[in-house]
Amino acid sequence: MSDSSDENDSQYVLYRDRPEWKNVTPLKQDDADEPVVAIDYTEAFVDCFDYFRAILKNKEISERALELTQTAAHLNPANYTVWQYRRDILKGLDKDLNEELDYIETVILKQTKNYQVWHHRKVIVEWLKDPSKEKYLTEAVLTKDAKNYHAWQHRQWVIKTFKLFDGELDYVDCLITDDVRNNSAWNQRYFIINNTTGFTEEVLKREIDYTLLHIKIVTENESAWNYLRGLLLHAKEGLSKNKRVSDFCEELYASGNRSPFLLAVIVDMCCEVASDGAGDTRYTVERAKELCGELMTKYDKVRANYWQHMIETMDNVGKKGTEDEGSSVN
Amino acid sequence: MATLIKDISLQEAIPTRIIFEKHIEFIKEYGQKDNSYEYGMTDYLRVSGMYWGLTALELVNSLPPQFEFVEYIKKCQDPSSGGISACLKHDPHILHTLSAVQILCIYNYLDAIDVDGVVRYIKSLQQQDGSFMGDKWGEIDTRFSFCAVATLSLLNRMDAIDVNKAVDFVASCKNFDGGFGSRPLSESHAGLIYCCVGFLSITNRLDIVDRDTLAWWLCERQLPSGGLNGRPEKLPDVCYSWWVLSTLTILGRLHWIDQDSLKNFILACQDTETGGFADRPGDIADPFHTLFGLAAMSLLGHESIQKVNPTFCMPQHVIDRLQLKPQIFID
Ligand SMILES: [Zn+2]
Repeated sequence: MSDSSDENDSQYVLYRDRPEWKNVTPLKQDDADEPVVAIDYTEAFVDCFDYFRAILKNKEISERALELTQTAAHLNPANYTVWQYRRDILKGLDKDLNEELDYIETVILKQTKNYQVWHHRKVIVEWLKDPSKEKYLTEAVLTKDAKNYHAWQHRQWVIKTFKLFDGELDYVDCLITDDVRNNSAWNQRYFIINNTTGFTEEVLKREIDYTLLHIKIVTENESAWNYLRGLLLHAKEGLSKNKRVSDFCEELYASGNRSPFLLAVIVDMCCEVASDGAGDTRYTVERAKELCGELMTKYDKVRANYWQHMIETMDNVGKKGTEDEGSSVN
Repeated sequence: MATLIKDISLQEAIPTRIIFEKHIEFIKEYGQKDNSYEYGMTDYLRVSGMYWGLTALELVNSLPPQFEFVEYIKKCQDPSSGGISACLKHDPHILHTLSAVQILCIYNYLDAIDVDGVVRYIKSLQQQDGSFMGDKWGEIDTRFSFCAVATLSLLNRMDAIDVNKAVDFVASCKNFDGGFGSRPLSESHAGLIYCCVGFLSITNRLDIVDRDTLAWWLCERQLPSGGLNGRPEKLPDVCYSWWVLSTLTILGRLHWIDQDSLKNFILACQDTETGGFADRPGDIADPFHTLFGLAAMSLLGHESIQKVNPTFCMPQHVIDRLQLKPQIFID
C-alpha cells in the first residue's frame, strides 16, 4: 500500500491540504441531534471521512475518489460502505481488477478476521472469473491461523464454484499431520469427499482407516472421533456392527485408554445394540451404565449431567425404544 | 497420557457477584465517550451497538427513555429499499435492520418506522435457494437467515417470504456432528448454531435438529475453566456462553453443562474497574460481551436479571407482549 494511506506517516497530508481536493467541500458528520456529545476524532480520521462523505453524496467516480477509499478503508476496514463505494468506483472507472486483487491481498493479510475485506475479495474474483490466486491466499492466512473461518469459507467457495478439488485432500492431510486436532481440516475433508466421490463403500473403508490411524496418535481428539461418527452415519451397519471400528475400540480400551470420546462411542454402541434388541454381545446396557458412571465421576466430570442423562436413557431403552420418543417440541 | 487442552486459567480474585451498578454506568457512558475517535470507528455497527446496550440495560431494569434512540433509528431507514443502516448515511444491512426492530419492540414503538418498508427489504434479500443476503452486495450466511425470520416474526409478517425454501437452506447447512455452519458443509460453529437453531425455533421446525447429538457437541464446548468455546480447540469467550446456552435452552438441555463453573467464568470476565464484561478475564470490556454475559446469567437463573428469551435475545416480557411463542424442546 502507498504511504499516503498510513495516518502515522510523517508524509501524510490531510485531504483538506491537498490541491486536488480543493474543489470539494468536506461534509461533517451530521451528529447535531445524535445522543452524543463532543466529537473529537483524530485529525486524519475526521479529515478523511469528511471528504469521504462528500464524494459519497456527490457520487463522484474518479481516481482521487478511489485513492480516498483506500485511505478510508485503511483507517476503518470494517466500514462496509467504504468497500461498497470502492466497488462502484472500480466499475465506473473500468479499473484493472488484477491490481485490486493485489491490493486486497495485502489488506486481508493484515485483517484476516474482517468480513468486509473477504467479501470484497470474493466480488472481485467473481468479476474477474479468475480463481487462480485464491488457494495461495487462503493458505497464506491458514498458515498463521489454521482455523480462520473466513479463509475456510472463501476457500470452500472458490473450490466449489470453480471446481478446484484436485490436490485438496493432500492439502488437508498436511494440515492434519501438522495438527491432528484441527477441526476445520477434518471438516474440509468431509467437504471434499461429499462434493467429489461421495461416501462409497471403498471411500468409507479408506477414511475409516485414516481416521483410526489418527485417533491412535491422539486419543483425546474430539474432531477425529466426530469425523469417525460422521463417516459411520454413511455406513448402513451403524456404529457397533463395523468390526474394524469395534475391534479398534476394544483394543484401545483393553490397553487402558480411557479417553472420554472412546468411552462415549462404546456407550453409544451399547445403546444401539440394546435398542436393536440383538447384536454384538460385548455391548450391553450394564456395561454402558458402568461406563457412564465412570465418565461422571472420573473421566469427564464437567459433563456429569449429560452422563446421568445417558444412564437414565439406558434404563428406558428397553421400555420405550429410542430416547427421543419421550420428548416433544412446544 | 497428559493432554493439552486449549484453555485459560482464571485469576485468583474472582468477583463473587455481578457488579450491576458498574455495568449500568459502563453502558450508559459507552455511547457518550469524549473520546469520539472510538465513536467514529464504530459507526458501522452503531444500531446493533444500541441494541446490545439497550437490551443489557433493560435486562437489569435500567432502560433509558426512548426518545433519542427511536429518532435516530427513524433516520437510519432508507426510504427506497426500506432497510435500516448502521448509522446515518450508510447503506442498509439486515443485521442492523433486525437490531433496529428489536429496539423498537423493546420500546413498543414500531410505528416509528415504515414497517412495510422493512418487510419489503427482507423479502428482497431472499435468494432462489431460500438463503438470504446480508445486503445488496450478496454475502450469503445463515446469520442472515436468522435475521430475516427474527425480524419478520417480530413484525408478525412471516408470510412475506418463502419460509419452506428458507428452511431448506438452513437444513442444508447441518453437519455430520449435529452442528451448523454459515453455508452448506461449512464447519460447525456455536454462533452459527445459535442462528440456525434460533431460525428453526422461529419457523417451528426444530424437528430438523438432531437434538441430543447437537446438545452433546455443545456440552463439549465447556472447558475446565468453566468457560465455553465456539469450536473445538478454541479459547473460551463470554459471547459463546450466550450462544451455547441459548441453544441448549431451546434444546431443553441447559442442565447438561456444569452451571456453577460457567457462572464463575462469567463473573471472572467482569471488569471491576471500568464495569462491563470482556470476552475473557483481563481483556477490554465492551457492550457486546456485556449483553451476552448478562443474558447468559439470566438463562442460568440469576434472580436480579430479567428473564431473557433464548431465541430472540430479548427480554421475555417483550416477547410475551408480542404474543410470540418460538418453539422449544420440552421433555
Ligand atoms: Zn466473543
